[in-house]
Amino acid sequence: MESMNNMTQEERAEQLGMMSEPLTGRSMQEFFEPSEDDNFVYPWAPVVDPAKSAEIDTDEMNTREVNERIRQLMDEGVGSIKLLNPRGKHSLAVGILSRVNLEVEGSMGYFAVGLIDGPNVRINGRVGWSCGENMMAGTVVIEKNAGSTFGAAIRGGDLVCKGSVGSRTGIDMKGGTIIVGGDTGALTGFMMQRGRMIFCGNAGKNLGDSMYDGTIFVGGDIKSFGVDAVEAELTDLDKSWLKRKLEGYGMLPDKGVDHFTKVVAGKQLWNYDNLEPSEKKLIL
Amino acid sequence: MAGTSYKGSEIKDVDQFIKGDGLESSREKEIGQHIGYRYDVNLVPDYDRLTPFLAKYLEIMGWHDLNWLEDVHMGYEDGNPAVFDRNINGWVRVPDSIKLPDNQQDRDMIARELLIKFQMSDRHPLVQLRQAYTKF
Repeated sequence: MESMNNMTQEERAEQLGMMSEPLTGRSMQEFFEPSEDDNFVYPWAPVVDPAKSAEIDTDEMNTREVNERIRQLMDEGVGSIKLLNPRGKHSLAVGILSRVNLEVEGSMGYFAVGLIDGPNVRINGRVGWSCGENMMAGTVVIEKNAGSTFGAAIRGGDLVCKGSVGSRTGIDMKGGTIIVGGDTGALTGFMMQRGRMIFCGNAGKNLGDSMYDGTIFVGGDIKSFGVDAVEAELTDLDKSWLKRKLEGYGMLPDKGVDHFTKVVAGKQLWNYDNLEPSEKKLIL
Repeated sequence: MAGTSYKGSEIKDVDQFIKGDGLESSREKEIGQHIGYRYDVNLVPDYDRLTPFLAKYLEIMGWHDLNWLEDVHMGYEDGNPAVFDRNINGWVRVPDSIKLPDNQQDRDMIARELLIKFQMSDRHPLVQLRQAYTKF
C-alpha cells in the first residue's frame, strides 16, 4: 500500500474503504410556477370566520377532549375560540395546523400549544415546561411567566412571554422568534441552529452554549457566554427589526433598543466536513 | 472532528453561488463543498421591501410581521436560485423566467412569495401525502 502520508484526504479515504458523503442539498425537482393562484391558506385548512366565536369550558374535560373540541369548532367555521378553566392541564391546544384565534383564560401545563402551524394564541396566565415546542408558525403571547425549555425546537413563528422564563430557553431552535420581557435562565439557546431570541431582561449562565447559528439579543446583563457564543455588532437593520418586533407586542423598553447586546455563533464548532469519517479512521 | 475551527469562507457577493461553486477557502476546495449555509440565515428582513402580496398574506393571518417567513431566504442549489421548503424537506427551484433583483433582501421577498403560493396550492406534495396518510 502506498504510504498514506503522500496521499490527499480523498485518496486516503478511498484506500480505507470510506466514501466521502456528499452533503449538497437534495433536490425534489420541484419548480415554482409564477402563474400560481394567489392562495393564502393551506388547501385542506378549514374556512374560519374570526367574527364567529365560541367558548370551551375545559373544567370537566380531559386534554384529548379539549383538543378534539377545538378542531371540531374550527371545522364548523369558528375563528375565535376561548378556553376557560384550563387549570394547568398539559398538552392543551397542540397540533393546530391553520389560522384561528385562541384565547386562554388561566394557566396551562407542560407542552402547551406545541406543534402549531398558524394560530394566534393569547394566554392570560402562566405556562409550564416546553410551551410552543416545535411550533411552526403563528403567534403565542403569554401574559405571565413560563417554565423551562420555552420554545424548545421551535421552527417558526413568534413565541412571546411578557414575564420571565426558566432555563434552556429555545434549546435546539431551528427558526422563529422567541421574545421574553423579563429574564431567562441558564443555557439559553443551547444548541440553537437558527432563529432569533430577544430578552429584555437578564440572561443566565452559558448563554448560547454550542450554538450553531442564529442570533440572541439581550437587553440586560449576561451572566456568562457559553462555548462558541460571541458578541457581534448590532447593525441599523437589527435595531429597526428589534424596534418593530418589540413595538408590535407592546414590549419596547423606554430606553429603546440601542443598549441590546447581540450574540451569535463563533463558528469554531462548525463541522460540516465530508471527509470527517476518514479522518477519524486515520486517528483511530 | 468536533471542535475544529471554522474553515469556511464569507459570502461576499449576492451571485456567489450562481456565478461559481462558491468555494473559496482551502478547506472548502479540498472537500469540494461550501461550508455552512449558502445564504445568511441571520439576515433580518427589511420591511421597507415588503411586497403587496406578502402584506395581504400578513393581513389575512393577523400578523404584524413576516412571522415564520422571516426564516425564508432565497438560497442556491447547484448554481440555481432555489427556496427551501420545510414541508417537503427539499429545495424548490426558481424558474429562469423570473429576473432576480441585485440584492438579497428583495430576493428573499420573492422567495417568500413563491413559497407561500406553492405551499398553498393543490399541486404541493403535502396535499397528496395528507390524502394518503392523514389520520385526523
